[in-house]
Amino acid sequence: MARNILEMRKISKTFPGVKALSDVELHVEEGEIHAICGENGAGKSTLMKVLSGVYPYGQYDGDIIYDGEEARFHSINDSERSGVVIIHQELALVPHLTVAENIFLGNERRNRMGLIDWNRANHEAKELMDQVGLHENPVTPVGQLGVGKQQLIEIAKALSKDVRLLILDEPTAALNDSDSAHLLELLRTLKKRGITSIMISHKLGEIEAIADRTTIIRDGETIETIDMSEKDATQDRIIRGMVGRDLEHRYPERIDHTIGDELFRVENWTVHHPTQPGRVVVDGASFNVRAGEVVGIAGLMGAGRTELAMSIFGRTYGRNASGEVYKSGEQIQTRTVSEAIHNGIAYATEDRKKYGLNLIEDIRRNISAAGLFKLTTRGFVNGNEELKVAEEYRDSMNIKTPSVLQVAGNLSGGNQQKVVLSKWMYTDADVVILDEPTRGIDVGAKYEIYTIVNKLAAEGKGVIVISSELPELLGTCDRIYTLAFGRITGVTDVADATPEGLMTLMTQERDAKADAVVGAEENDR
Amino acid sequence: MTGIANIRELFTRNLRQSGIFIALILIMVLFTALTDGTLISPINLTNIVLQYSYILVLAIGMVIVIIGGHIDLSVGSVAALAGAVSAVLVIREGMPWYVGVLAGIGVGVIAGAWQGFWVAFVGIPAFITTLAGMLLFRGLTFRVLENISLSPFPESYSNIATGFQNGLLGGPGYDIFTLVIFGVAVAGYVVTQIRARRAAIAYQQTVGAMPLFITKLVAVAAAVMWFAWQLANYRGLPNVLIILAVLVIVYTLVTTRTVFGRHVYAIGGNLTAATLSGVKVKWVNFGIMLNMGVLAGVAGVIFSSRTNGAQPAAGNLFELDAIAASFIGGAAVTGGVGRVTGAIVGGLIMAVMTNGMQLMGVEQSIQQVVKGIVLLLAVAFDVWNKRRAGAR
Repeated sequence: MARNILEMRKISKTFPGVKALSDVELHVEEGEIHAICGENGAGKSTLMKVLSGVYPYGQYDGDIIYDGEEARFHSINDSERSGVVIIHQELALVPHLTVAENIFLGNERRNRMGLIDWNRANHEAKELMDQVGLHENPVTPVGQLGVGKQQLIEIAKALSKDVRLLILDEPTAALNDSDSAHLLELLRTLKKRGITSIMISHKLGEIEAIADRTTIIRDGETIETIDMSEKDATQDRIIRGMVGRDLEHRYPERIDHTIGDELFRVENWTVHHPTQPGRVVVDGASFNVRAGEVVGIAGLMGAGRTELAMSIFGRTYGRNASGEVYKSGEQIQTRTVSEAIHNGIAYATEDRKKYGLNLIEDIRRNISAAGLFKLTTRGFVNGNEELKVAEEYRDSMNIKTPSVLQVAGNLSGGNQQKVVLSKWMYTDADVVILDEPTRGIDVGAKYEIYTIVNKLAAEGKGVIVISSELPELLGTCDRIYTLAFGRITGVTDVADATPEGLMTLMTQERDAKADAVVGAEENDR
Repeated sequence: MTGIANIRELFTRNLRQSGIFIALILIMVLFTALTDGTLISPINLTNIVLQYSYILVLAIGMVIVIIGGHIDLSVGSVAALAGAVSAVLVIREGMPWYVGVLAGIGVGVIAGAWQGFWVAFVGIPAFITTLAGMLLFRGLTFRVLENISLSPFPESYSNIATGFQNGLLGGPGYDIFTLVIFGVAVAGYVVTQIRARRAAIAYQQTVGAMPLFITKLVAVAAAVMWFAWQLANYRGLPNVLIILAVLVIVYTLVTTRTVFGRHVYAIGGNLTAATLSGVKVKWVNFGIMLNMGVLAGVAGVIFSSRTNGAQPAAGNLFELDAIAASFIGGAAVTGGVGRVTGAIVGGLIMAVMTNGMQLMGVEQSIQQVVKGIVLLLAVAFDVWNKRRAGAR
């Protein structure tokens, strides 16, 4: 058995009023890939911040033994000097600087005069880029590269610091499948070179594929460390450890499952790209949803799912939108967001933090933001009623917070999503469009979100779920539309749907007309 | 969470808000001591109100602009133009005082609508739009005044900013009218507070402990009546104070209770989220700039009335005082945070400091240095406080 490169012993960390970590144990062997699992708010990130010196020595209890010696990191610089490098979920790259400049940022390659030696910098950058499998020009501005490549630059940057212990916080959360696969392969390569990795991840399949051992953290405590080569090291066991209970079904049962008449229909919806007028992003899409029905929209990245939803919802995406929208058989207009809201349509956005919430405002006012008209008489808001509404939603949606006067930015992802859903439920919408409703939230909270989806359907609303995760659509929807390259390629009853069948439709061959569209897309690149 | 956590939360939430009041009181105590009590003498307190009223009027508009995530550099120029137009009509053309007042405010409306158009509908950042406005309206001021100062205004006009309401009821050495008005105001305040508390209880909200509530009411009432007593012992109730009080009450309501106010906070906090929640962002932005223009017009009228004339260079650097007042009063540079009462108290802190230093005979240069440091420290405190509150 290899020796431990890292032992975190009895780590406790207290914030005012909250014990974030309580006697956490984390033992990492040299040269392994060690996964850390836990629900959002379990304390994973806090633990990594303790390890990397973000919370300096003295601000936590317990010992960190790194490379056989007690480590007392007072800052990130301290930990990096010892070869511990952390890559955060939100990448810390400067978009206008080149790849090489980013790699050596804060660690510039200088000549004897103290000036930056660009030849050396670019040359060394190229070598590092080769090591991570990034075949780009080192003088390309980082902003021109995709997220997957940016992630590789972060790793190259870590390599430039002679990393021995690499910590990755949800490295694949924002990556597509092929970029994720490449990244995981890279971690295996680094492992062969003797670099130890700690990876925080929500993607259990990924962990199963790559991790040697997995430590599960729940409520600031270590639950167990599983050797992934063991036979019973299954996803179910990890989930059980994370949520502290058996999730017999990852998707809740639909009760009162009656589907009524058609509630909402979109016909021949076409939208053009906002800045490239000739480019069709959504091409003649038609779909409908009935009362009490949950309809899924499946599609790969760039298929136009979000664009479809946002253009219908108050023309908030694109230009030259055309097509008809009907509700309960009558044509309605949705030219502005408030028109859409007043016609009973709600759209919960993909990226809650960026588009869904006012993070510096309290929960109460986030909940009332879209339905403020219901609380208003002659332009004045009834503050007491507003508070009451917020508290009702806190209770009914199970938003975990001591007070609705808490700032929304302090909540975990799952609870933030519940606030967003509360906001839209309060508008009394009949048609609820949910764009990636469970992205970035943990297993337990996902279950709660699915329960809410079911509840909405049981109330006779029409729910449209846009999701990248096929199992999620198969687990929650009645029918699933597939979207490929801006066109709807099929609709499948969930009883007949298989992941393989859906994937075929999602990648379906395009006819000549669509070919022209994609041709235009390629010309843009 | 535990009760302790709740109390802590309450404390961190309120520290910034109550901290600013405590700072004002401390600064007043300090300068009262340094000036042997001159600072709080009836005549000086009255002077502070008269001297800084127009900055406070501007600060009300400015804090709303800042909450919305904008900035307005043109308010000094707009105020100058408002005063200039008013002076031309009243002094040169001999029109009655109210025509001047309406024209001054009208100038503000036009200037605000002009800038609102560019900011809201064309999408030019407010910094650029109002930087242009600063030059534009200053130039127009020179043009309107033909490069000379106009004075004096008839008494009816100069009364706006220098006149007093007093003696209506007569008085034995002090003005009973002032005391009565303030007494009514305090009674009104107490009644609204009690009604708000009752409504909160009816909605089953947790309210502060009764003794604390009573202490607060008594403290506010005592402070206000002391202030009234000081005023009554000089010349009574300044007209400007009435204007100011009305504006503060109206705009506190606008920012805290109306849909417009709520939308301003929403836009400043997260523009996209606001858009996707159905906020008509363009019209709200237009409203913010228009409102600032109107208040700049009001400030211009008050200033011209107080200086009893219009000067081409009037209102220079007013914008910076108004911006400083907003930030000292707790507004966030990134938008979404701020309060009208905070801006007023921030403005008063600046006013008391300037006045106190003037009384002490501190040199102009040192005054500027001190004011600069106070602005910096106030915002530094805000940053520190935020980091502490969000340290997890």
